[in-house]
Amino acid sequence: MASSSTATADTARRGGTVPVSGPSRPRRRQRSPWVPWAYLLPAFAVYAAFLLYPLVRSAQLSLYEWDGLTLGTFVGFQNYAEVLTNPDLRGSFGHTLVLIGFYAVLPVLLGLPLAGLLTRAKARGLAFFRTVVFLPQVVAMVVVAVAWRRIYDPDGPLNDVLRAVGLDSLARGWLGDYTLALPAVGLIGTWVQLGLVTVLLMAGMSRIPTERYEAARLDGAGPVREFFAVTLPAVRGEVAVALTLTIIAALKTFDLIYVTTAGGPGNSTAVPSYEVYRRAFKLGEVGSAAAVAIVLTVLIFAISLVVNRIADREEK
Amino acid sequence: MSRAPERPGRFRTPARLRAAVGLVAVLSLFGAAACAPGSDSKKPAGDGTDRTVQTDAAKLGNVTLTIWDQEVRGGQAEQMKALNDAFHAKYPNITIKRVSRSFDDLGATLRLALSGNDAPDVVQANNGRADMGKFVQAQQLIALDPWAKAYGWTERYPDSVLQYSRYSADGKTFGEGNIYGLPQVGEIVGIFYSKDKLAKLGLQPPKTWSDLTSALATAKQGGEIPLQLGNLDKWPALHVFGTIQGQFVPADTVTQLAFGRRGASWTTPENTRAAEELLKWVNAGYFNGSPNGTDYDKAWQNLAKGQGVFLIGGSWLGADLGKAMGDKVGFVAPPPGQDGKVAATGGTGLPFTITSKAKNPDAAAAYINFITSSDAMATLTRTGNMPVVETSKQQAPAGVQGDIFTAFGATTESGRLLPYLDYATPTMADNMGAALQELIAKRSSPQQFLQKLQDDYGKFVDGNG
Repeated sequence: MASSSTATADTARRGGTVPVSGPSRPRRRQRSPWVPWAYLLPAFAVYAAFLLYPLVRSAQLSLYEWDGLTLGTFVGFQNYAEVLTNPDLRGSFGHTLVLIGFYAVLPVLLGLPLAGLLTRAKARGLAFFRTVVFLPQVVAMVVVAVAWRRIYDPDGPLNDVLRAVGLDSLARGWLGDYTLALPAVGLIGTWVQLGLVTVLLMAGMSRIPTERYEAARLDGAGPVREFFAVTLPAVRGEVAVALTLTIIAALKTFDLIYVTTAGGPGNSTAVPSYEVYRRAFKLGEVGSAAAVAIVLTVLIFAISLVVNRIADREEK
Repeated sequence: MSRAPERPGRFRTPARLRAAVGLVAVLSLFGAAACAPGSDSKKPAGDGTDRTVQTDAAKLGNVTLTIWDQEVRGGQAEQMKALNDAFHAKYPNITIKRVSRSFDDLGATLRLALSGNDAPDVVQANNGRADMGKFVQAQQLIALDPWAKAYGWTERYPDSVLQYSRYSADGKTFGEGNIYGLPQVGEIVGIFYSKDKLAKLGLQPPKTWSDLTSALATAKQGGEIPLQLGNLDKWPALHVFGTIQGQFVPADTVTQLAFGRRGASWTTPENTRAAEELLKWVNAGYFNGSPNGTDYDKAWQNLAKGQGVFLIGGSWLGADLGKAMGDKVGFVAPPPGQDGKVAATGGTGLPFTITSKAKNPDAAAAYINFITSSDAMATLTRTGNMPVVETSKQQAPAGVQGDIFTAFGATTESGRLLPYLDYATPTMADNMGAALQELIAKRSSPQQFLQKLQDDYGKFVDGNG
């Protein structure tokens, strides 16, 4: 491609046969309007085959009662009615809202000062700290989950530390505790997402011209004032991106739950994507699983849209 | 912050609209192309139980058998490898392609694998309705009766063992009908105990139920953890409850409930007593600190490390516990119930089945026959597993394995094996697991607990016709 275009350019420069201006333009306009679509076709075919078709198929399956093996029966919107009325399923959507707090809100709240510190501080070994903060993002989620499952074990390191400092009464089987299992899993998410959020925010902060900080300093602002007056407004876009990514991650959490608690104790850490898996593969309720998946997809779309709308508006 | 009605985005609306219309058009095209999911599996030509079979595997030509098993733990993996090697040595024309996964992973992937075109030939399928029952219903497994006749399986295997892999051809009735699989090993849930701890507390292995409960109390007073339970994965408590239930509930009722057959009930005074007994153990602090937060493997490892006196678990833990504790660990079947007979949860290992997509069912059957032959039973014994048949013919191994052989032999001969409770309905494993976690966490009463099980069982029995 590169060589052929160079050849064409060469011919043109030499005043050869390729007409550069004038009459050629209208002729080009008359080309079939389908040509641009033809360029899109290969990419669209892949997109359609691996995304649109599964999506439509899921939507279709969600209208059936199907065990994955024998012939399904059409049940209309009954599966969706179940999503809304089944307390276990509704509970699982509630759990993801809690997880959003841990996956998205907390990392952003912690990541902002952390990124500020890492960009503005003049300490040595900053690259090292940056790497450390980002590391959890690099490790596979299943590995993270297995590691944390050990940490939260009744005889695990966390309880050892608590006992060592005399807080024996706090030591417990974290993942088996009805009130604490969900926050415990959520904190793993915080730990993982913090790296991503921090690095995103650091990228944004490094684009802020130093003059602004100098100006703030001259006006007598301290580091805190400086952060709120200069840094924070400048990284609104990054915050929106970070929130979108982490909220989506929270909503589709599966591996972490699957490995750490399998939705337990009881159903206290069940999340929609785990329900999708459980229904489709363990219970053989594929239709109901598809309905949960579709509802989850719509929810992810809606929440991401709202986050981006808000960020857009604030940027205006 | 202003409403900004002149946002440039507004002008794009018609274009967006057109794109949306186009998208909808494309999507509906996809939708029209798709029809009702699944296939109608009504085959007119009977259930294939009258086919003629070839039992000489050497005459089958070159065959590759793809086999999915879950024999991944120490001794299980060892016997499987030994038997596979021996089979290939005896029949060089048959090549074995082995895929082994953990129990959980196998269960989750089997459904997809069987409905795909590239299905394995032999799979180990869980006996329960959610697995084997569904596969039979969808005609993805073939009935083994012709081979059972040809190889004489029905003579070698007692009915009480074969019932666990029998289904009616429509997959609706569990425990009777065609044979769909053949297991290698027997399983029994009983009580492991630490000999050191019993000696320290001045106790004997429990022979009666009151022996057991008073031993638990003594252990508690002696500052020990009476009973190890790792219930993070939800299902392990089923075995504890099943053991208690065998004590209070007539064996016929448990069998009916566990096979998901009509006519029994969970909300009976006997079941209530069983649930209350479990709650009593929780209230008395007999379990380790946080059973719902403890890993299954962690529980037996803790017993091996000298924490805890008893562990109610399956014989499959014997190999690992024996390795870790040597002769310091013992095993007994649950004490005899109120009718004087031992009733223990147990049955068979996962049966090996032949899929309907198997390219050469005769070769698959020859393989299954080989790994369940009398020679194979000896290999199983040697590698620390408990053969499901001819158990008494084997030289009982020393240590805890010997205890397990004795317990299984006694239970199958003079007592009764109770089916796993989660066989009952496709949803029972999950619902009962969650319900037991709640009972153990004292978040539901015995009555609420049993009502949940009754709801699941009742709904299934009504719908099963």
